[in-house]
Amino acid sequence: MNSEAASGELELKSGFNAKTWAIRIASVAIWFLPLIWIDPTTYIVLTTAGLAFGMLLFMVAAGMTIIFGLMDVLNMAHGALFALGAYCGGYWLLNLLEKFGWVAYGTATQSISSILLAILVGAVAGAMLGFIVERVIIRGVYGDHLKQIMITMGVLYVMTEVTKIIWGANPEVVLVPTMFQGSYDIFDVIVGKFRLAAIIVGVAMFAGIQLILMKTKLGLIVRAGVENREAVQAAGYNIGRIFTGVFTVGAALAGVGGTMWCIFQEQVYPEIGLENIIFAMIVVIIGGLGSVTGSFLGAIIVGLSFNYVSFLLPKLALGVNILIMATILLIRPWGLMGKQ
Amino acid sequence: MADFILSLKEIHTYIAQHHILQGVTFDVSAGQPTVLLGRNGAGKSSTLRAIIGLNPVTSGEIRFSGQTIQGRKPYEIARLGVGYVAEDRAVFYNLTVEENMRISMFEENTQALERVETVLALFPDLKRLWRCNAGLLSGGQKQMLAIGRAFVNDHRVLLIDEPSKGLAPIVVDQLGESLIQIKNHTTIILVEQNFHLASMVGTDYFILDDGRVVHQGLMQDLEDDQELKQKYLGIG
Repeated sequence: MNSEAASGELELKSGFNAKTWAIRIASVAIWFLPLIWIDPTTYIVLTTAGLAFGMLLFMVAAGMTIIFGLMDVLNMAHGALFALGAYCGGYWLLNLLEKFGWVAYGTATQSISSILLAILVGAVAGAMLGFIVERVIIRGVYGDHLKQIMITMGVLYVMTEVTKIIWGANPEVVLVPTMFQGSYDIFDVIVGKFRLAAIIVGVAMFAGIQLILMKTKLGLIVRAGVENREAVQAAGYNIGRIFTGVFTVGAALAGVGGTMWCIFQEQVYPEIGLENIIFAMIVVIIGGLGSVTGSFLGAIIVGLSFNYVSFLLPKLALGVNILIMATILLIRPWGLMGKQ
Repeated sequence: MADFILSLKEIHTYIAQHHILQGVTFDVSAGQPTVLLGRNGAGKSSTLRAIIGLNPVTSGEIRFSGQTIQGRKPYEIARLGVGYVAEDRAVFYNLTVEENMRISMFEENTQALERVETVLALFPDLKRLWRCNAGLLSGGQKQMLAIGRAFVNDHRVLLIDEPSKGLAPIVVDQLGESLIQIKNHTTIILVEQNFHLASMVGTDYFILDDGRVVHQGLMQDLEDDQELKQKYLGIG
């Protein structure tokens, strides 16, 4: 039995190393490759922009990947949660706070409070819609991917139209709190202030998710559930309640993503959810369905490459992400960190 | 009737349009390790899955220590005191041995921690591999962890589905020894193709064929009944 164990460990360890190294080399190479064509100053500007974009994508993808991993549900309605978060947190709340003079010309405290309140409202809006979507829509289509895609895509389109009824079909301006307007100029390197904020929120979100997953009993149940739902039920856990909880949290994350996104773009429009669901899907697939760390890496890769390529070959910008996705899937059909 | 810890009466289940269990009836007495025997596809695993609630029961009644449990959710049945060790090494590969044990405890109280100590005394390998990912364990170690997981709770019935599958004969013997230890603490219901292991552990047996119980009795009588073994189990 010992030799059996030893050979098993050896085999798994070498497989694990090859995997880690492939990821490391790929992620390092993609950082420095553009320096061949771009001068260093522009490169740093593009990199911070790319990281900010990546973190915003991660906020959407994180919930999507956890929901897929645990519940085996492909939730296209995630885009609707994102859009609702954007309208409620970014547009409605910041306009409300502007009436008190908090946003466009507010103090530092007011700026930070505005952003935090916007995130909170976005999260609550996403969570509320998410809770309803899971209870009413998803409950009926567990175990059937095709039906899930069809009906959640339907939810996304319906919500897009509902958004038009409530807030109108035209793009609306989203205010940026004073403290996050403009950019820092560090030795000619221009770094957008809100980009830094987006990076901080994204990294904090990643750290928070990891902390919950690795250090709490709930996280343990979720990690176990991603691997084997039946065994979690047989171990005495009410998987239905855990599903609703995780779906709601994932929806809240999407709401936060939407809020941050529309402040970043300084505008919001009804199709915001439809557009971003494509990016989120690419990130989730690159990272490996069900892996939060994979999504984090995937989001950085997509964010950076989108910005570099937009600068060098603007026409290729969206295409390059699909190209990266195809390449990664050819080498690792289960994604960067997904299950084989 | 009151003496039976688990009774199945005319259990029917379907998977898609297939009529899997066609009226399974049997009773298990508390403290009597019971083996479900039969060929592949006879309905042994489906019977265990029906008991724990993973396969919906279409008709019939399952009583566990006096309460009707069919139609309840798996987690409710588990909390009532039915442990289930699924086929194919029911451990979480991406969790460590420690985490596998922790997730299995309903509550992390002293009683559960004492039971963990019992498990570790029974399977010393697990102690050595405490912080290893369960995916790195050998087949036998995984099976021991799977059984250990189910054992940390004070289950009155422990359903174990084919623990010997894919294990080397010497490992099966070790497994049998540990199951003999465990059967003093809980009532084991074992699905097993390996007749050697089945006769090591079981005192009562039921033979299933085509989704029905076709024979029952004491394990020691079956061991000498070449005809019966030949007919339903293809051995002898």
